[in-house]
Amino acid sequence: MNVLKKIWRFYYQGFKSMTLGKTLWAIILIKLFIMFAILKVFFFPNFLSSKGDSPIEKADYIVEEMEKRVNN
Amino acid sequence: MEELVLWSRAQFALTAMYHWLFVPLTLGLGVIIGIMETIYYRTKDEAWKKITKFWMKLFGINFAIGVATGLILEFQFGTNWSNYSWFVGDIFGAPLAIEGIMAFFLEATFIAIMFFGWEKVSKGMHLTATWLTVFGASTSALWILIANAWMQYPIGMSFNPDTVRNEMNDFWAVALSPIAINKFFHTVTSCWVVGAAACVGISSWLIIKGKDSDLAKKSIKIAAPFGILGILLTIYNGDGSAYQVAQKQPMKLAAMEGLYNGQTQAPLVAIGFLNPHEKIMNNEVEPLKYNVNIPYALSFLGFRDINAFVPGINDILKGGYTQRDGTIALSTKEKMERGKLAILALSDYKKAKADGNTYMQDKNLKILEANYDNFGYGFLKDEKDIIPNVSLTFYAFRFMVIFGSAFLGLFALLSYMSFKNIPYEKYKLLLWSCVFSIPLAYMVSQSGWIVAEVGRQPWVIQDLMPTSAAVSAVSSNSVITTFIIFCVLFTVMLIAELSIMFKQIKKGF
Repeated sequence: MNVLKKIWRFYYQGFKSMTLGKTLWAIILIKLFIMFAILKVFFFPNFLSSKGDSPIEKADYIVEEMEKRVNN
Repeated sequence: MEELVLWSRAQFALTAMYHWLFVPLTLGLGVIIGIMETIYYRTKDEAWKKITKFWMKLFGINFAIGVATGLILEFQFGTNWSNYSWFVGDIFGAPLAIEGIMAFFLEATFIAIMFFGWEKVSKGMHLTATWLTVFGASTSALWILIANAWMQYPIGMSFNPDTVRNEMNDFWAVALSPIAINKFFHTVTSCWVVGAAACVGISSWLIIKGKDSDLAKKSIKIAAPFGILGILLTIYNGDGSAYQVAQKQPMKLAAMEGLYNGQTQAPLVAIGFLNPHEKIMNNEVEPLKYNVNIPYALSFLGFRDINAFVPGINDILKGGYTQRDGTIALSTKEKMERGKLAILALSDYKKAKADGNTYMQDKNLKILEANYDNFGYGFLKDEKDIIPNVSLTFYAFRFMVIFGSAFLGLFALLSYMSFKNIPYEKYKLLLWSCVFSIPLAYMVSQSGWIVAEVGRQPWVIQDLMPTSAAVSAVSSNSVITTFIIFCVLFTVMLIAELSIMFKQIKKGF
């Protein structure tokens, strides 16, 4: 418990005494928000999930695509 | 389809190159900081603590802005490159997962002690945390480079026709492949050069401005010899990498050298200019003009034998030459036929399985297995599709080698002047050269990746999957939209980094 408290205090004081670090953390959080809440959700869906739910359906889709690309 | 492949590649290249602005400085400057802090630990000289803290701050800015930008590449795998992700996800996913779990957490834990722990933990503990952060960052790079190396030289796997996935059956073959080992050391030691160039360049700028010159000169005294070590190791491992390219990716080597017609006792092109590709292919002109060659060097460096035959682009297309293992090379057309057989056999195997026809299943499986080595060739429309962008590969390679080697001279001169106590602060031209060597180091580093990645086109996985088969069937407009979003986002983030970085540098030590 004492060790956990020490670790907590270490991080708490570290974050509290940051100067430049606060700006950097703000940039990191904004960046992560853009990446995961905007880009991932709206622009980067899992493409294969839209083609089937099970691994077998996905595998079948891949084979169909491959065959198509050989012939086209 | 062509437009889609082009934009998907452009988006991936943009993201990877942006990500690569941060990685080299983290890996290179990290080691320099470790050395500086070790000196502080041993000498107890407060000046070294001040120096370490200054460089650590710049390290932190770079780390913070760069962190997680690599994850955007993984978003793209799932959306733009879903065929590829499915086909090799079992192999490619393993090193990336290990990287995420092990290296990133190791890095993230000890980086907190590095920044928060100066007055809270012992000097020894702090120094250990610094070195473990450097170790974590390098380990992180190791797993990514193993994944990349596997794409250049697929090994340690077998193809499962039921799941349509390549499945890893020998982890150590993947992790310790000769391409991976050379790539890791070549990449990491080249990052040391970038780190040294940044340290030397920023220190020189501080000397020019008359700010903390003594501390800046102490920094150069560490960074310049470290840069020499970095560049010598980079050259050594670069030779190892090129040797592996000669064995495993002959078309890439031919493009790097502008070698259209193979020859024994092949020379290395030290300097030269390429004629237009189409004219060379139509036999209207010679491939090179104004070239200066090093006799026998390409045969020797590629195969450790001055009499070795090095195949050119036309030889690889036509086949028929004897390879190093004694077999006769197939023509690209023959490989395309075999690749088509393999792909169609896979499709027929799946159909036979669905119909419960075991005879046809076995028959098609045998065809697939017999031709799987050329699977990717089946997607190509024209035999010339296997030729990468020769001029980009050729010039990027020369840029990397010529300007990369120039760093040896710069670092050697600075080391000599530093240790002989020659007052180099008087030589403004030298100091400004050091400042401008920072962007040059980045350009050299990026051109190394251009050689590696453009040179291996059209393959996303060597011989097994070209980019045209790897790309998802999404609309090219959606890829163009995200490309533009990334351009804006990356530009804003880069401006943010540079402005914070410049502000800190101006403050000095």
